Amino acid sequence: MSTEAHSERVSRNMDGPDADAERNRAANAEAHKRSRLVRTLSTFLENRLAVVGVGIVGFFLLFCYVGPSVYHTDQIHIELSETTLAPSLAHPLGTNEVGYDQLGRLMVGGQSSLEVGIAAALLATAFGTLWGAVAGYAGGVIDAAMMRIVDALLAMPALFLLLFLSSIARPNSGLLILVISLISWLGPARLVRGQALTLRTRDYVRSVRLMGGGPMRAVLRHIAPNSIGTVVVNAPFQVADAILTVAALSFLGLGVPPPAANWGDMLSNGINYVYDGYWWLIYPPGLAIVLVVVAFNLIGDALRDSFDVRLRRR
Amino acid sequence: MTPVVSIEDLHTDIALRRGVAHPVSGVSFTVNKGETLGVVGESGCGKTMTVLSIMRLLPPGGHISRGHIRFSDTDLAALEEDGMRAVRGTRVGMIFQDPMTSLNPCMTIGDQVAETVLLHRKVTRAQARQRAEEVLELVGLPRARERLDSYPHLLSGGMRQRVVIAMALACEPELLIADEPTTALDVTIQKQILRLIDELRARLGMAVILVTHDLGVVAGHTDRVAVMYAGKIVETSSTRELFANPRHPYTEALFRALPENVERDRALYAIPGLPPDLSNPPPGCRFAPRCGYATPECRAEEPKLTGDRHPFACFHPLGKAGQTAANPPAQPPRAQQGAPLLEVRNLVREFPVNSNGVLRRRIGTVSAVSDVSFGVRAGETFGLVGESGCGKSTVGRLLVADDAPTSGSITFAGTQITGQPQRALRELRRDFQLMFQDPYASLDPRMRVRSILREPLAIQRRGSAAEQERAVATLLDEVGLPRAALEKYPHEFSGGQRQRIGLARALALRPKLIVADEPVSALDVSVQAQILNLMRALQREYDLTYVFISHDLSVVRYIATTIGVMYLGKLVEIGPAEQVHATPVHPYTRGLIDSIPLADPEREQRKGQAGVRGELPSAFNPPSGCRFRTRCRLATEICAEEAPAMRRFSEQGQQAACHHPLRAAL
Repeated sequence: MSTEAHSERVSRNMDGPDADAERNRAANAEAHKRSRLVRTLSTFLENRLAVVGVGIVGFFLLFCYVGPSVYHTDQIHIELSETTLAPSLAHPLGTNEVGYDQLGRLMVGGQSSLEVGIAAALLATAFGTLWGAVAGYAGGVIDAAMMRIVDALLAMPALFLLLFLSSIARPNSGLLILVISLISWLGPARLVRGQALTLRTRDYVRSVRLMGGGPMRAVLRHIAPNSIGTVVVNAPFQVADAILTVAALSFLGLGVPPPAANWGDMLSNGINYVYDGYWWLIYPPGLAIVLVVVAFNLIGDALRDSFDVRLRRR
Repeated sequence: MTPVVSIEDLHTDIALRRGVAHPVSGVSFTVNKGETLGVVGESGCGKTMTVLSIMRLLPPGGHISRGHIRFSDTDLAALEEDGMRAVRGTRVGMIFQDPMTSLNPCMTIGDQVAETVLLHRKVTRAQARQRAEEVLELVGLPRARERLDSYPHLLSGGMRQRVVIAMALACEPELLIADEPTTALDVTIQKQILRLIDELRARLGMAVILVTHDLGVVAGHTDRVAVMYAGKIVETSSTRELFANPRHPYTEALFRALPENVERDRALYAIPGLPPDLSNPPPGCRFAPRCGYATPECRAEEPKLTGDRHPFACFHPLGKAGQTAANPPAQPPRAQQGAPLLEVRNLVREFPVNSNGVLRRRIGTVSAVSDVSFGVRAGETFGLVGESGCGKSTVGRLLVADDAPTSGSITFAGTQITGQPQRALRELRRDFQLMFQDPYASLDPRMRVRSILREPLAIQRRGSAAEQERAVATLLDEVGLPRAALEKYPHEFSGGQRQRIGLARALALRPKLIVADEPVSALDVSVQAQILNLMRALQREYDLTYVFISHDLSVVRYIATTIGVMYLGKLVEIGPAEQVHATPVHPYTRGLIDSIPLADPEREQRKGQAGVRGELPSAFNPPSGCRFRTRCRLATEICAEEAPAMRRFSEQGQQAACHHPLRAAL
């Protein structure tokens, strides 16, 4: 018995110094973890355009949410005595056709554009990820059926669908979010399904089954988190697209009704005065839309790059 | 002897995002005409970077910072890129590890070999094609002329590696660099390819640099050896001298870690720790932190590579006596009595093959496992060996109910697990677990070790959160990982450590049986030794039963009580481990044993031609009768007509299925 116990101990001891070395490493574990985050962040920040993108988004967030408490304007009551005034000291960007201050309206309108855009992107991404992960993991008939639904929806012209839906119901922000995410979850669903197809054959997903785990666990704990890279990269593009869609809808006169405002509405109204030379009704909202959309696209590109770098491991 | 290439004090740096790594720091060697130099060491020791420096094909950020590479009258280290292009492919040829990725799948093999010739010689297309055919014949590709227009995917792994060699040889290089040329191949094919390189070297009078981690390969196929550790050569001499009389402790440690040299009742010697980080190597001797003989002197000052015929870099070289201390004893797994824990009866698994058309008609079946029966008693280790594609992994998957057999039954602890519904299996699964081959792929990269180890407990709803937490901590202790590992992600560990995590996860539910599918084949010998020791220790502690699947017969001989040899879906021989290894009955087992390269030049060169010829036939249309007959030297007509039945060859239960066994049946 004693020789056996001895041999046991010896064979463990041969691994001893290894464990020591690891203990030393463990001391650095904390530093290690921090450095990993720092590394991802630093590669992101090394990309100048990304910093510009974050800067623009940050500026617009401040502008829309903090702006109104610094620059007070009345965006509820129309003032017909002050319609279409050119920019002046009292109104830095002039006033619109019913007398609202244009700068103040840009702030309020931005709030709803950003909110609807971001919320719709989040909803679409979350739902699309889940749909794609389930389809990819299940495979076979279920996958085929689920993806044909996606294909069918993709085949329908999105704008037609939007127009149809918003002509049935009087739109508000909540409905807009729902409608936009209804057409934009298809992209993430396809992306994630592709990922899931490769992930399901990985040993760590197989091992879930061998431990007695069900498909829910495999999808929620393993497949969805591991396709997060693709999803995160795609999300800013989704936000940009959603903001554009809101603008397009409002431009067609199917946006949120006044006195609520958004950039698309403002642009659409301004277009009526294009021959009157009222440039302040057109350029500011137009520019705001372009800038925010470009900024989100820049962030998406940079995220893709920094995820790639992290995967290179050094 | 004129040196073809002579490297002097080569230093190579690679710029990383943070800091600079020095994978090659001060390497010098020469290779003469008609000579093979072996470069050996663990992975991450700078072997590959050394040869890539010669080719000047370093990864991005890499450059030669110091030293000379004298190749005939030029210094490759200082050559312009244009000049280098005239050297690569013509005067220096290179063979990479993986024949799957070094061939372009969109080009026919004839075009790929001819491309090299067209690039470097002033020849017409027809002449280049002619040359391609010549070299393909030279490397022993059967029916080379017909195969010129084949695409790589139509060839087997061994054939592809021959094509890669043909590409390297097309312009008759003076120096051939082979970087792990056979690591991705089966032992039987490995032997054929290494012999081919030997023959070609003799015939063409090339100098060859053979980079490998396998001491057996070095023993049989090189004239001189350089042992590399952490970017430096620590010992170099003629192959015979080095194997007979290693002087550096690292060389000795590599020998001692080999399972083939160790009695079954001894533990393997595992080199503790890991090779150092090459961007910040330790001062003094780089091996000192892992060396059993190290003194303060070793840590303070760096030993120089000195000596005339047999230089080594060590302050405390080993004496003529060689190995200083015997490995500590360890109880080998014992054959057990009683009823088997696992009983496999007439197991068959066939995969349907469908046509590519719209209707996907069934046009046949691949017979992956065909009528396999065996039993494993509790506390035993059953080793399953065979070439890749022989169906051993499929058997492993069937054993853990990852797949359902076409027919046959598997009984585990009295319960039949074949034909059970998934829901019932969930309960049963806690008693048998699978340990995966690839420690990189089997752990979720986005989970911390804590969650990875808790997952099986959570799935089987075993204990409260606090109890699970304690169980996870115990598991870490058992596999020899520090508690701090809990908060880390898998990519922060080395391969060996990850395999420990994999083992811990398999152990979490306290199963009775662990099916380990090639658990050490992705690891270095020193790390392999750690894992094998650990698996043995745990087996004794928890009375575990293992089914150990491996292509490496010397590992299986060391760890298993019973060995089963599979060939193309059939179990051809089964019996007590020592007996099957020492006195095999089936010609295939004999050939497999002869194919394993031994780390002993004398014995290795005496083996000569022995081995298995040809390649594994397709399991889509397996040969009639005995499936091995197409590669068997002893095959006669009866082998084609009648499938041999299992017969007993010893009292201890050695059985084989062969018409012409190497020994008479009982």
